[in-house]
Amino acid sequence: MNNLKARLAKERRFRLYGILSIALALTLLSILFISIFSQGYTAFQETKIQLDINFEQSVLDPKKTKDWDVVKKANFNILIKNSINELFPDVSGRSQKRKLKKLISTSGEYQLRNYIKNNIEAIGTTKKMWLLADDDVDMLIKGHINRSLPENERRIDNDELKWIEVLETKKIIKKFFNKTFFTSGDSAESEQSGILGALLGSLFALSITLIISFPIGIATAIYLEEFAPKNNKFIDFIEVNINNLAAVPSIIFGLLGLAIFLNFFELPRSAPLVGGMVLSLMTLPTIIISSRVSMKAVPPSIKEGALGVGASEIQAVFHHVVPVAIPGMLTGTIIGMARALGESAPLLVIGMVAFIVDIPQSVTDPATALPIQIYLWADTPERGFVERTSAAIIVLLIFLILMNSLAVYLRQRFEKDIN
Amino acid sequence: MSITSILLIIGLFSISGYYAGLKKSLVLRENKKFHSAPIYHGALLAINSSLSSIFFIISWLIIEKNFYTDLESFRNILYIISIIIFLTVSLLTFKKIKHDFQARDNLEKIIQYFLLVCSLLAILVTIGIFLSVIFESNKFFGVISITEFLFGTHWSPQMPIREDQAGSSGAFGAVPLFAGTFLIAFISMCIAGPIGLMSAIYLSEYASKKTRSIVKPLTEILAGIPTVVYGFFAVVVVAPFIRNTGSNFGIEIASESALAAGLVMGIMIIPFVSSISDDVINSVPQNLKNGSLGVGATKSETIKKVIIPAALPGIIGGLLLAVSRAIGETMIVVMAAGMSANLTANPFEAVTTVTVQIVVLLVGDQEFDSPKTLAAFALGLVLFIITLILNYIALHVVRKYREQYE
Amino acid sequence: MYNTDVMNDNKNIIDSDDLISQTPSKLDNAKTVGNIHVEDPRIIAKNINVYYDNKIAINNVSIDIGKNEVLAMIGPSGCGKSTFLRCFNRMNDTIESCIVEGELYLDNENILDKKTDVVPLRAKVGMVFQKPNPFPKSVYDNVAYGPKIHGMAKNKIELDEIVIKSLEKAGLYEEVKDRLDTPGTSLSGGQQQRLCIARTIAVNPEVILMDEPCSALDPIATARIEELIYELKENFTIIIVTHSMQQAARVSQRTAYFHLGSLIEVGSTDKIFTTPQHKLTESYITGRFG
Repeated sequence: MNNLKARLAKERRFRLYGILSIALALTLLSILFISIFSQGYTAFQETKIQLDINFEQSVLDPKKTKDWDVVKKANFNILIKNSINELFPDVSGRSQKRKLKKLISTSGEYQLRNYIKNNIEAIGTTKKMWLLADDDVDMLIKGHINRSLPENERRIDNDELKWIEVLETKKIIKKFFNKTFFTSGDSAESEQSGILGALLGSLFALSITLIISFPIGIATAIYLEEFAPKNNKFIDFIEVNINNLAAVPSIIFGLLGLAIFLNFFELPRSAPLVGGMVLSLMTLPTIIISSRVSMKAVPPSIKEGALGVGASEIQAVFHHVVPVAIPGMLTGTIIGMARALGESAPLLVIGMVAFIVDIPQSVTDPATALPIQIYLWADTPERGFVERTSAAIIVLLIFLILMNSLAVYLRQRFEKDIN
Repeated sequence: MSITSILLIIGLFSISGYYAGLKKSLVLRENKKFHSAPIYHGALLAINSSLSSIFFIISWLIIEKNFYTDLESFRNILYIISIIIFLTVSLLTFKKIKHDFQARDNLEKIIQYFLLVCSLLAILVTIGIFLSVIFESNKFFGVISITEFLFGTHWSPQMPIREDQAGSSGAFGAVPLFAGTFLIAFISMCIAGPIGLMSAIYLSEYASKKTRSIVKPLTEILAGIPTVVYGFFAVVVVAPFIRNTGSNFGIEIASESALAAGLVMGIMIIPFVSSISDDVINSVPQNLKNGSLGVGATKSETIKKVIIPAALPGIIGGLLLAVSRAIGETMIVVMAAGMSANLTANPFEAVTTVTVQIVVLLVGDQEFDSPKTLAAFALGLVLFIITLILNYIALHVVRKYREQYE
Repeated sequence: MYNTDVMNDNKNIIDSDDLISQTPSKLDNAKTVGNIHVEDPRIIAKNINVYYDNKIAINNVSIDIGKNEVLAMIGPSGCGKSTFLRCFNRMNDTIESCIVEGELYLDNENILDKKTDVVPLRAKVGMVFQKPNPFPKSVYDNVAYGPKIHGMAKNKIELDEIVIKSLEKAGLYEEVKDRLDTPGTSLSGGQQQRLCIARTIAVNPEVILMDEPCSALDPIATARIEELIYELKENFTIIIVTHSMQQAARVSQRTAYFHLGSLIEVGSTDKIFTTPQHKLTESYITGRFG
């Protein structure tokens, strides 16, 4: 009996291994979330500087035409220069002045231009305007640049730091909600870049995916579950095929898209149309398999009842089996769509990976997708992009969580309906 | 006129055809019992005529594109004929509407064929994959011999033509890629295998229902995280951590080490392993467990001596699926593993993988027929075959296992 | 104990090796005891054979069924009575491996003929199943479904009328008239089964098949259904498969006893239960097996 002690010790150790592995998995999960969240949350704010902009008549519209076509050719940069020089009258020298102007993002010019486009009457007046700060300033304000480091180790030198501190004491440098991030496309300047383009690219691609894979997937599931002859070699072959496709690496689907959609059918490169088509082939097996599972769960007695009152096979299936199974089918579809939303490898292969500034307007415009945008930004070493990468990941995860919660809700409803 | 507008016209015609058929059968039904309900007559009329004219348009377009490009100038004739076909078929179907016309049976046959065609798409996709990779690989093997590709140990597709080289481009010996792929897959399985399996065992055998209902969804979150996020995690958190740890111990670790990529891939695969193992363990019959517990074995002894041996085929099947997953995974390695081929078994060095090279070869503007792009398809072919074999064996093993206890 | 699922039914038969030796050879009707014929028959079954995967499940059964009569089919589990019942509306078509041979006339039409359209047939020969299987829809939609697909009502008013009448005939209307739009699945077991009967009646069938309609119900609900069957016989021909001999005795005029796929004995219900002719019938009735 004295080995009982040893056995029980072994038992405890074994149990501990189990707990440890779960704890390890969950720790890794939380490290992942914490690291991404802690790096990303600051990207939801952007730093702006308030300047007194004098929309000088002599600069914008010397001939007093009040014609936008004339005004739009004016140099709006001068206005910013003048304004910031006024704020720091003791800064002299060309290079110093240029450095001073660089505190403001290059997008400031466009911001003023847009303002005048909509308020042409403002020419000749002075207005306080919040202009986007440069990304380095943004990083400093958000505390990602340590002010106590020696000058040569930080991206903001002592002069700039001094100026920023002046702005801070004057309270004309402030953090706002980052609208730019959600309303613009990619940009070479991190403070001007946003996810709207990528988000729309994903949306277009997923719409194509849904349009293709949902009807075909469900039709396939209905056929295989209800109409296909049983014990038929050919049908078995179809089923083996579907199961295998579900486990084929996603990049292979990209190769298929490249060879067939792009080279054979000559569809446009980098377009969400092709991306959506490739993703739909990838999503199909998921939809088929889960739809079949939910159709199997519908009690056969319901179908028998319909046949018993003289419904045809098709009527029984479409009037009774499918309506009951639909929430289950939708669950599978949403899970498939969520996976497609997070998928990037096949999109890389069909060229949806490029620096695209324009917001796509249709499914044939060149575009990226949200995960691809993350991939592209992750490759950029600038601190501003690291922050935005994490923020884009947070946005992606929020979408995935929403989709999965919807799927869970539908599954619970389905299970309630079945019982 | 364009194809879109003609399709729109056909659509509108179909709607009116539907109502025409519906109306006629409704009127006729006043006097005599009908075989099929009126909506079927209407629907059949609409579908019959629109399908036949769309079929005509498609065949015309295929002929035009592939055989007689001159036909394009006769597009107007195409439109007229397709409308005529539509009207003729409508009229013929309309005439057929009688009390004993089996509209429903006809319509249902069409639906069944539609369903069948949809399920054929799955085969079409497989064939499409096969054809595209084999066709392009074949072109590649016309330039580089298969043996050189499969057994060569030097991979540098970007290199300019060397004089002692038989091929027209760089070196395409893929062994370093295979080695790198398996090294990373091996590291990831070393992480995911034990952790995934142990958590499955704990969750299915020890954990209370409440713990299970909390922990299981949490581990499933791991499965739902996009791979690009794992890739970012590897680059920003794991790789620097490993490098710093290494330098603390005086070991030099590359910033794109196989270890970092494999580790993160392992994390990604944990939920995959644990959910399959969980299923498998749960399908071991309870009385088998009771038998062992009944003779005084501890829980862990029961698990080790009874449950695991019984569940082994299923677990192996699951692990094989996980390996296939690891081999085919792209984003993590593209972001966290190296770009240049390096034949080594040292996990601290940077290696590259098959999937990384496919991406490297295909991203950027490429002529389609250069050996560089074709090489990507050859790699794709190898990847496809390996994963297909692994999947087939795994699915087969798992199915056989399930049948055993059903 | 109510093991009458069709597939299981036949597995039992397949398992018994002595089946072949016990069953009569083809076209040998002499083995059925009692008179299989009735005057002015509604349905004539001639030499029906049913096979599952080439194993015989119903062996050469012939029987007539008269107008407005209730025929009870009894026998031990696995005797093939459910399988035989499902021949009358071709429900066996839904089982792929099942082959039905022979002739079955309903109104002088051989319904086993491949050319017969099963859809109108099933409207004419309704079926009530062992377990209540209302559609997961409202009470109203459950009953209205049949009339709708057969285009029996020209408008909503007619449809309402059919639904109410059918529910009344099934003796359910008073209980559910205030909640026609609650799901059919929310009713009690007995009510569900009556709803299924109403659903069957709604398409105005001539024959109603009942496959152990009370096996999933409690005694009170059973009594209510039996009462209903008694009333329905005024308008319909009813064939009922039952496990309960008391039920057969209570509701039917004629009873047929099946054993291992063969029709052993048929006769008026009183006679079968009081003076069975065949030894097998007697053993079953006296409870020696079942």
